[in-house]
Amino acid sequence: MGISLMEGNEAIGRGAAAAGCNFFAGYPITPATTIYNTMLKLLPPKGGICLQGEDEIASIGFCLGAAMAGMKCMTATSGPGISLYSEQISFAIGSEIPIVIIDVQRLGPSTGSATRGADGDIQFLRWGNSGGLPVIVLAPVNVKDCYVLTVQAFNLAEKYRCPVFVAANKEISMTRETVDLEALDLPPVAERKVADADASFLPFAVKDGQLVPDFLAIGTTILVRQTSSTHGPDGYITTDPEQIEKVQERLDAKIKTNISKFTFHDEYVVPGADTLVIAYGVTARAAKVAVKKLHQSDQSASLLVLKTLWPVPEALIREKAAPYKRVVIAEMNLGQYVRELQQVLTGKEIVFLGQMNGEMIKPGQIMEVIQNG
Amino acid sequence: MDSLLNSNRPPVFCPGCSHDRVLHALDQALIEMGFAGKDVAIVTDIGCSGLFDTFFNTHALHGLHGRALTYATGIKMARPELKVIVTMGDGGLGIGGAHVLSTCRRNIDLTLLVLNNFNYGMTGGQCSSTTPHDAVVASGFLNKLEKPVDICQVAGAAGAPMVSRVSTYQKDFVAKLKEAITYDGFSLLDIWGICPGRYTRRNKLTPKSIKANLAQLPELTDFTSKNARMEYGKAYRREAARQKVPSDPVPIAVTCAAPQSGRREVIILGGAGQRIITAGELVCLAGASAGCHATQKNDYPITVMRGHSVSEIILSDEEIEYTGIENPAVVIALAPEGVKRRMKMLEHLSPEALVIKAAGIELSPCQAAVTEIDFRARKIKSPDWALAALAVLAQQKKILTMDMLKAALNLRFKKAIYETALAVIEKVFV
Repeated sequence: MGISLMEGNEAIGRGAAAAGCNFFAGYPITPATTIYNTMLKLLPPKGGICLQGEDEIASIGFCLGAAMAGMKCMTATSGPGISLYSEQISFAIGSEIPIVIIDVQRLGPSTGSATRGADGDIQFLRWGNSGGLPVIVLAPVNVKDCYVLTVQAFNLAEKYRCPVFVAANKEISMTRETVDLEALDLPPVAERKVADADASFLPFAVKDGQLVPDFLAIGTTILVRQTSSTHGPDGYITTDPEQIEKVQERLDAKIKTNISKFTFHDEYVVPGADTLVIAYGVTARAAKVAVKKLHQSDQSASLLVLKTLWPVPEALIREKAAPYKRVVIAEMNLGQYVRELQQVLTGKEIVFLGQMNGEMIKPGQIMEVIQNG
Repeated sequence: MDSLLNSNRPPVFCPGCSHDRVLHALDQALIEMGFAGKDVAIVTDIGCSGLFDTFFNTHALHGLHGRALTYATGIKMARPELKVIVTMGDGGLGIGGAHVLSTCRRNIDLTLLVLNNFNYGMTGGQCSSTTPHDAVVASGFLNKLEKPVDICQVAGAAGAPMVSRVSTYQKDFVAKLKEAITYDGFSLLDIWGICPGRYTRRNKLTPKSIKANLAQLPELTDFTSKNARMEYGKAYRREAARQKVPSDPVPIAVTCAAPQSGRREVIILGGAGQRIITAGELVCLAGASAGCHATQKNDYPITVMRGHSVSEIILSDEEIEYTGIENPAVVIALAPEGVKRRMKMLEHLSPEALVIKAAGIELSPCQAAVTEIDFRARKIKSPDWALAALAVLAQQKKILTMDMLKAALNLRFKKAIYETALAVIEKVFV
């Protein structure tokens, strides 16, 4: 046994290091700062790079440059920083730059409350980019998830050449918890697929059926061209509608068609229950207490915990919700992910419990909704 | 050596645009310096200067407006051997001002070429950060209200060691480019030129007048001797190599047995400087050393040494799901600031709960058992009250035992502090 006492942010930092992260840049912001502190301890002695940008825009910009030069990069912030990242996130999506972005959510809107938790950025992470192309968002429930999902986030960023978000929450990131690091079920570390280094290399070319272009780093012997402009396979600006359409559809498809490979979730099935609670993040913990307490009652409910929020794991949600008459969703905002459930589970009764006051939703509140709707 | 210009993408600028001259001068400089395309990365901004990466057959990155220096910094840190050249206009200079200043302060080995043509060419000739206030531009009267920035003075003041103004038309332009590119550190060239498509339609500007205008500017200090220092990447790598490799988290051995079972909630209500968070951590470590799961949630304001400090700890034999405190078994009340934060909770304590409070702390009436400790009388200082309260708990075998507390202290502290902590505990037993 290797029990340690660790907060979520440290677990994110250690997970990143385990995934091979060798470049971090960030700008201090509560409640994400301790990720930066962790990376500052872990990376420099091992030859990695940890920088503090003059602002969030610079921090993520450093990462995008370093990622194009071949490094495995991460940045971390909270809602106000995600706002500033926005244009760079769009760049990373459109130009296929792998990066892990941690959003330790705090209560918004705007400056909001630095030391109060929330899950208020769930739609913002999905739609806070120009162009509206899909992104991957993972949501940890506890410190263990912070570690494991950060490793998964790196693997997905490398595999699909895209930004991958970890939607943490102050209530996980700054809460210390005992965790057995040796017992973690970690995936093998994935690396970017490297292109043949020959003169025919085109930075965004794909073979038939391939959805992610092979990578060469800026600074090696074959010239690499990267651009934020609409481009074709050669990395030059283009206005050819056919070429544009091909690239856009590929960017859309590479994330959406692979969702079954990274639909992370947990469940707690109570036979005979007619209600399914769906939750994510720290709220899933209160939901677990609620369904456990009601297990033996005649108003029992099962629980589905979503750890992949975007793209919406529609197949999983449909399959898991099918046996139930009613779905309850609880989230620390005034109604964000419930919109997705309403679209996926048309015709099913969906009861929403939301709270946005800086406090975690309590098990009793969820029990109340299960029992009384 | 061959030209580094891209034979597949011949340069296209408006007729008479000075960018075309900069392009060829830069190519000339790179040829004379013996660089091949693979040795160079050209990072460009938005606007007409953003066409440069396309026209060169080098590594290329064309990013967002004003942010070119941010990508260039990442590339240079990742690939120190690469020659990284950044082009931006006077537009990028304005929108990316914070990055320009910070790059000057960092002194990373990048060459920034500011293609300064006094207006936003690509969007129709609006005023930029360098538009003279008497110029006629597409921003109506607005440029009359602002003073143009002299970027060389600003960059020098911000710590750039290699700063120079040039006219696109001066004879030694290539030599100036070479000097900037060669410099081992951040170099900035403010390159004055003509935008015939927009600016000179309504403003008179000629190679001759550019020369005259440049001559009228106050002379630059010798920033090279004033600001010279080790290049950022080199300095970073030197410092990084001196950092100690951090130790892995120490696994907590299970050496004790917990005095109670089930879910046990503890809340410590104190003030800043009372080591409340450390005490909370000690409870977690004590629990873990008895094989318990533990969580710790803290609450404190942004001020240091002032305000409340609250720590909420849960120990349990089972995995802890909900981390909020609903029915504390123990409340440790050490400062009014902390007590004030949890008034409601204190009113609803269960009769089984134990409250340990420092003498003088006022609580509203509650059903819980209250133990008052006069820490001062025991000559225990305020920063040690929380630890002393844990010793009281250990004495009563509530939540933790003395073995568990000692195990926690051993995990948390080095020998000297461990000994000091034991001395504090001793005072509780006097």
